[in-house]
Amino acid sequence: MNDLIPNAKIGGNIFLDGENIYRRGVNLSLLRKKVGMVFQSPNPFPMSIFDNVAYGPRIHGIKSRKLLSGIVERCLNDVMLLDEVKDTMRGSALRLSGGQQQRLCIARALAVSPEVLLMDEPTSALDPISTEAIEELMLRLSANYTIVIVTHNIAQAREVADYIAFFQAGELVQMDTTAKILTSANPLTREFLMGNSL
Amino acid sequence: MNDVTTNSIYIKEKKPILEYLVEIIFVICALIAVLAVALITVYIISTGVPIFNVIGAREFLLGTKWDPANGQFGIFPMILSSIIMTMGAVLVGFPLALLTSIFLTELAPPAIGKLLTILIDLLAGIPSIIFGLVGSVIIVPFLARIEERIFINSPTHIFTGGANLLSAILVLAIMILPTIIKVSSTSLRAVAKEIKSYSLSLGATKIQTIFKICIPTARSGILASIVLGIGRAVGETMAIILVSGNVVNLPLPFNAVRFLTTGIMAEFSYSSGIHRQALLGIALVLFVFIMTINLLLHIVIRRGAQNE
Repeated sequence: MNDLIPNAKIGGNIFLDGENIYRRGVNLSLLRKKVGMVFQSPNPFPMSIFDNVAYGPRIHGIKSRKLLSGIVERCLNDVMLLDEVKDTMRGSALRLSGGQQQRLCIARALAVSPEVLLMDEPTSALDPISTEAIEELMLRLSANYTIVIVTHNIAQAREVADYIAFFQAGELVQMDTTAKILTSANPLTREFLMGNSL
Repeated sequence: MNDVTTNSIYIKEKKPILEYLVEIIFVICALIAVLAVALITVYIISTGVPIFNVIGAREFLLGTKWDPANGQFGIFPMILSSIIMTMGAVLVGFPLALLTSIFLTELAPPAIGKLLTILIDLLAGIPSIIFGLVGSVIIVPFLARIEERIFINSPTHIFTGGANLLSAILVLAIMILPTIIKVSSTSLRAVAKEIKSYSLSLGATKIQTIFKICIPTARSGILASIVLGIGRAVGETMAIILVSGNVVNLPLPFNAVRFLTTGIMAEFSYSSGIHRQALLGIALVLFVFIMTINLLLHIVIRRGAQNE
């Protein structure tokens, strides 16, 4: 998706299933199907809840109603939204609360069966209660998906992450297990952790 | 104690006289515009209604013969011509305009987009008489050749030399392009970037995103652009009087036709008596058309706002 940002600078390589995603000739549509994304602010499409989740599968050619509603139900259930919206599935997704909308966005990303879920500060636009719900959700989903989350909140990282990679000004400073990073001796990492905990 | 009272926000404000004066000037300016609308409405209604009493609404609106010299004032062909012409122009112009605004907002490289926007603004500023002249030099001769080929063996067809309904539709279709492009590209541009990103992130292509996300999201603005285009088309006179043949006829593609607007234009300067009243009656019909379209526009915009 960073090809959409003018003047984005890209360095290094990212490998997915042993394939470099920055190599020439990569099929963006397939790559984006393999890597689900959740953005900072919840942004449902202005259509029904059902159609929101069914959007991805439909794009990838699934037409059968039965199949679609199966996917929608499973994904909404995965994000613990199914019970809340069971009766309003055909209603506009814009009527949901912010936290519900963000969970819907996660469900929508799950609907194309990605291998990796990229989450860019998924809770920074949410209130504490919704944030907690999303964090719990991330922990549950991490059983089945690789989740990569960007966060500025160290408490959140401590809460949900197995591994932490610390970036500063676009450069990777350090990457290790959560416990090791939090007790790291690296001066840059220390400085950031201290500044943040003050 | 003294300190508290001089600091209070409840001390009565003294408004300087200048302040009042400026306010009054603003109000007067606003009133002039309102007054103009009110005057036009009163004038059009008071001068347009008499013909309905003289020959009757049925005879006037549904009569098919327009022959002022013999006292026949049926404007049905003109009403029909205006409606068909407008529909035709929108039918031809809208797809062109919508695809142009999609290109402008979603696909064009910035430099080309900017250049195109400037050119489209230019198109909007060209006086309608110029459209008429260019149409009569380019479109009319072209259609004349087609007309000759189609009706070569027809014993009944009255040849128009290319000045017919179809020419008017084509000229008008081009004239309403800027209006539709402007409004629909504004609403396409208003579609949140995040929504588009989400669609792409799910593996949708750019084109899929445009048709499944952008257009449905911008729906109400696009509808409004159509209504505005209709309004522009219904009222057009100068451009189409030069290319439409200006004969009262039923609106078939290769018939010379006369519209509500061109009907008034062609005869008003030498009309008198009932004839004049009839022309003012046409103006009233046109006025009702425009008002209805404006009302429609309001409803479309209001409904769009509610959906968001």
